[in-house]
Amino acid sequence: MEILVCVKRVPDSAENEIEMNAEGNDIERDDLVFSVNEWDNYAVEEAIQIVDNVGGTVTVVTVGDDESDEVLRREMAMGAAKGILLTDDAFEGSDCKGVATILKGCVDKGNYDLIFTGAQADEGAGAVGGMLAAMMDYPYASLVNKIEAGDGKLTIGREIEGGNQEMNEIDLPCVLSIQTGINEPRYVGIRGIRQVSGVEIPELGAADLGLDAAAVGEAGAKVKKVDYFVPESGDGAEMLEGSNDQIIEKLIEILKANGGLQ
Amino acid sequence: MAQVFAYLVHNDGVLDDSAMELVVAAKAVGDDVTAIVTGSGIDAVADDAAKIFPKVIKIDDAGLAYPNAEVVRKALINVIPAGSVVLFTNNTFAMDCAPGLSIKMDAAYVSDIISLEVDGTTLKTVRQEFGGEVNTHVNVDASNGAVIALRPGTFAADESKSAGGSVEAAAAGDISAKRTFIEIVEPEAGDVDITKADLLVSIGRGIEDEDNIEIAHELAEALGAGAEVSCSRPIVDAKWLEPSRQVGTSGCTVKPKVYMACGISGSFQHLGGIKGGFMIAINKNENAPIFQVADVGIVADILEFLPELTEAVNDL
Ligand SMILES: Cc1cc2nc3c(=O)[nH]c(=O)nc-3n(C[C@H](O)[C@H](O)[C@H](O)COP(=O)(O)OP(=O)(O)OC[C@H]3O[C@@H](n4cnc5c(N)ncnc54)[C@H](O)[C@@H]3O)c2cc1C
Repeated sequence: MEILVCVKRVPDSAENEIEMNAEGNDIERDDLVFSVNEWDNYAVEEAIQIVDNVGGTVTVVTVGDDESDEVLRREMAMGAAKGILLTDDAFEGSDCKGVATILKGCVDKGNYDLIFTGAQADEGAGAVGGMLAAMMDYPYASLVNKIEAGDGKLTIGREIEGGNQEMNEIDLPCVLSIQTGINEPRYVGIRGIRQVSGVEIPELGAADLGLDAAAVGEAGAKVKKVDYFVPESGDGAEMLEGSNDQIIEKLIEILKANGGLQ
Repeated sequence: MAQVFAYLVHNDGVLDDSAMELVVAAKAVGDDVTAIVTGSGIDAVADDAAKIFPKVIKIDDAGLAYPNAEVVRKALINVIPAGSVVLFTNNTFAMDCAPGLSIKMDAAYVSDIISLEVDGTTLKTVRQEFGGEVNTHVNVDASNGAVIALRPGTFAADESKSAGGSVEAAAAGDISAKRTFIEIVEPEAGDVDITKADLLVSIGRGIEDEDNIEIAHELAEALGAGAEVSCSRPIVDAKWLEPSRQVGTSGCTVKPKVYMACGISGSFQHLGGIKGGFMIAINKNENAPIFQVADVGIVADILEFLPELTEAVNDL
């Protein structure tokens, strides 16, 4: 099975408190810690497990810049055999469709049976996988939390509302977006990353992928982020202040008053 | 603005309440508003939809008995004219169907919006990022149509059911697919039923380590028989607690008397599982979105605060 996993370098929301910049139109990006999108680690782990069982290769790809190299190497340290960096000034400002178009260029150059994306990334759009599949005319399933490889087909589970799982059969080649919890992504240490630090990662731009620069990037984007802002918070919570002892005393009163403590 | 369509979901023959919100959204986008329902044997659902929408297109076909996203997409493409705006309620079906539909329509796509206004052929939307810590203004060029998934609650629902609309049947067309629905598997029941608890000590990623989960159990024990430990999704993903303790859209829906959110940021998928009760939020980040929805907030490190609270409750 030839598997391509699409990954993204994102601000790590567990490591950062997101704040607005001085101009008040973007988040403060100077001190952000970046890492690989949480969902993508599950996708890469799943790909590695499938290849361990049935043979094949795992390739990781990202649309990004020089710094995106680090997330590819992290996933290669997990066990992906190859990395591909799709980078070009013309890609800047791409919307989800633009990113899917760029990825399609990469898929067209390979011979993949299975393509994974994370179920969503930092922007919470969850769109790239479904778009890529439609562009390729491949079947697609989102929020996949179980995969059993069969002959020319997969049996997959999708997570739907209320913890229910929707089981499907899907033909290969296909695109799946992978949900957290499908497996336990393996740990990657500094040593693992060091071991892949010398591996060459090919970089492909618009021309290499046979892409019309006007179809991607800012030029091709129908969906444009104008700015960031802090939402008005409405009434918000009544904040308990004081020493911990004072707060706990008030909190116990509140618990009693609301039936939380008899 | 072009024609506006709303795709309506239904379960077990009952139209989902989101229809009453989608009609308001659709009318905000344009004057020519039509609902689409797909399925097998859906006369009653279509009639219900016509109480809410002025026009309803019913695509009734045995192949649509289960809303397999690929099949539904094909049926939709067969009835929706190019250049239209199509609205979905943002749920796991929309995530499955809508992005591909936008490609096949060559239309713009934006998901999970929380506000929508029309300015010529531009749709001005608002989305959340970083679990609601910040919002973004996102402009959508709808000159060749658009597919939009709205987060439930974006518009106040119109519950009047007085539309008196008409139902028109349409053929599904070619809906052969490379993906086949097999069955729904329900979650296994866990040892505890958090939906029955009066008080939930709910922990999130802020608990930091599996070993620390003990402090939540100790607090729940101190608070008495009606108290249980529940959690946000990352705790279940990490296998620190069983899935039956997860609160949220992909977990349990709870309505305790008191919900204590400890080290939980307040994502909409988590909040989607909390249907009432008094909420107390404890978080070390004073800007955490959970403080916007909680009744009472405490800025504290739960790893220190919860044990102190347990001790105080035990001393009562
Ligand atoms: C399709 C789909 C379905 C989903 N379904 C669900 C669902 O059913 N339920 C669910 O919960 N999520 C669900 N999610 C995930 C959801 O989007 C969020 O990722 C998740 O809710 C975040 O959990 P959290 O608040 O615990 O973690 P985070 O967002 O990482 O927040 C952790 C919080 O803890 C605080 N904190 C950290 N350390 C401490 C400390 N020592 N003391 C006090 N505070 C601290 C931080 O300030 C932060 O606010 C779903 C996602 C998708 C895509």
